[in-house]
Amino acid sequence: MRLAEAARVAWEALRANKLRSGLTMLGVVIGVASVVLLVAIGTGARDEVTSGVESLGSNILFVAPGNLSFGSTPALSRLGLDDVRRVGDAVGDPRRVATTIASGEIARVGARRTNVNVNGTNETIPLVFDRTLSRGAFFTAADVETRRRVAVLGADPAETLFPDRDPVGKSVTVGGVRFRVVGVMSRVGTAFGVARDAEVFIPVTAAQRLFGVSRVDGIAVKAPSTGEVDEEQRIIREVVARAHPEQEYQVLTQRDILGVVGRILGILTLVLASIAGISLLVGGVGVMNIMLVSVSERTREIGLRKAVGARTRDVLRQFLLEAVALTVSGGVVGILLGIGGAALVGRFSPVPAAITGWSVALAFGVSVAVGVFFGVYPARQAARMQPVAALRYE
Amino acid sequence: MVEARGVSKVYRLDGVEVRALDGVDLEVAAGDSLAIMGPSGSGKSTLLGLLGGLDRPTSGTLRFQGRDVTRLSDDELAVVRNQVVGFVFQSFQLLARTPAVGNVGLPLVYRGLGRAERRRRAVSTLESVGLGHRLQHRPSQLSGGEQQRVAIARALVTEPAMLLADEPTGNLDSRSGDEVLDLLARLHDERGVAVVVVTHDPGVASRFRRRVTMADGRLTSATEDSGRVSR
Repeated sequence: MRLAEAARVAWEALRANKLRSGLTMLGVVIGVASVVLLVAIGTGARDEVTSGVESLGSNILFVAPGNLSFGSTPALSRLGLDDVRRVGDAVGDPRRVATTIASGEIARVGARRTNVNVNGTNETIPLVFDRTLSRGAFFTAADVETRRRVAVLGADPAETLFPDRDPVGKSVTVGGVRFRVVGVMSRVGTAFGVARDAEVFIPVTAAQRLFGVSRVDGIAVKAPSTGEVDEEQRIIREVVARAHPEQEYQVLTQRDILGVVGRILGILTLVLASIAGISLLVGGVGVMNIMLVSVSERTREIGLRKAVGARTRDVLRQFLLEAVALTVSGGVVGILLGIGGAALVGRFSPVPAAITGWSVALAFGVSVAVGVFFGVYPARQAARMQPVAALRYE
Repeated sequence: MVEARGVSKVYRLDGVEVRALDGVDLEVAAGDSLAIMGPSGSGKSTLLGLLGGLDRPTSGTLRFQGRDVTRLSDDELAVVRNQVVGFVFQSFQLLARTPAVGNVGLPLVYRGLGRAERRRRAVSTLESVGLGHRLQHRPSQLSGGEQQRVAIARALVTEPAMLLADEPTGNLDSRSGDEVLDLLARLHDERGVAVVVVTHDPGVASRFRRRVTMADGRLTSATEDSGRVSR
């Protein structure tokens, strides 16, 4: 029997039992759709985190305490302003070194108030992180040195607290202390549904007093070029290790961070897709069940086909194709639903979703494989029938 | 064409051995006309199945055109059924959802013929059994006699050397039954097809040149007319 003929016979057999075929397909449809959708969400999340990290600049090195691995307790930093100076000396240019200590606080102007992320930093932020200001200017080294109570507002608090006025020169109360606004940052937008404009920069010295600590959370260094990242990483690691032999510190490049984040999100995607894969498995069992029913119902047809010359492989192929036709139609519908679902999720929720070619190809391949895997047994039952017994079957 | 020598067939049903055939010798020659008679359970259908290559003997030798079936694989036997033999069953065994022309073309599917060629041959075969006006009818839209003629057309479409019919008139009224028997006689006379029929009806059997009778899996008598199939 020709393959095209076998495919036509399979298709007609499925059409003869539309409801039954449809319901059986549904299991595969749901499985494939959820695999496609969940992989899309996982991929979208990774893309967004990646672009978020990349937007920090590709030459950046981060110094942070502890061991950056999934599940480890974040260690408390023992870095201080001395370390910022040491690193600046070691790389030969303190302007390329930024530090931060951050805390969530309430910023208030008169009756208006808003939650902000207060970043105590030095004056190097605009250079190190390629940030620009829309108004005024960033605070200076002298402001940091003299612990002056000046602040640079992010785009969001500037809008919320000063809806119709230029904030520069006005005062703002942060964590109960008054600061004078000297500048407003340009808008950077959101990453992963989190607004990155709800920030207020104040001199790190003023922040240490405000928070009542003498440490800094971390240090960031911008290498002069991508080629020098590795060399600077080595230098900084040495300096920090010498200054803090008691504690382990990591000097991470953007590549390191992306690697860790990518691994975590990759595992997460895999776990989600595997759970969805289980429903595909259940769908496959449904296909096998219905194929066994179909084979048993058509025992006489099988006997007749054998009597008029069907060989074992002709019958095997016919029923295998029928199972594969079921799962592939289910797979195609599932892929379309998954793509549609991802488009909806991307549009109406903060969760990003990105359809990738490989996930669609994989979903299609898996639905073919499910059909073959769960179709082989029923098809063999059919192919092995003895014609005389099959023809007499009632 | 088919030669059975000391052929036995033993079934196991729920652990009990049933000897359906017990040392049968029978030969069907090209252009033969043979009726196998006997009460139900005498083994006549089993014998017919063996003669058509639907089944294999438990012991004894069975040769198709000189070839021993024990040397043929299942697939080779399927080819024999497709090329040499045409079957007609008491219960017609038509595919319910398939129109007459598709049912008749079915054996040609397993010869790898394309759709158009299958249809052309099925149409001309249906016309030769007088059903040229029923091509697109499904079995449920046809009378019993018409269904059996579709089944005969299906058996003939491969131009077999031998037609094997198991109680072909068993489910038909006497008029339709006569029409079917007339058709079989005509095919035998005009095309030289060997026709073997299984029946318990002596009236049906009398229309065939040779008649054998079976009981308990053995041949008990054989008669042969000198002339052709009677009309």
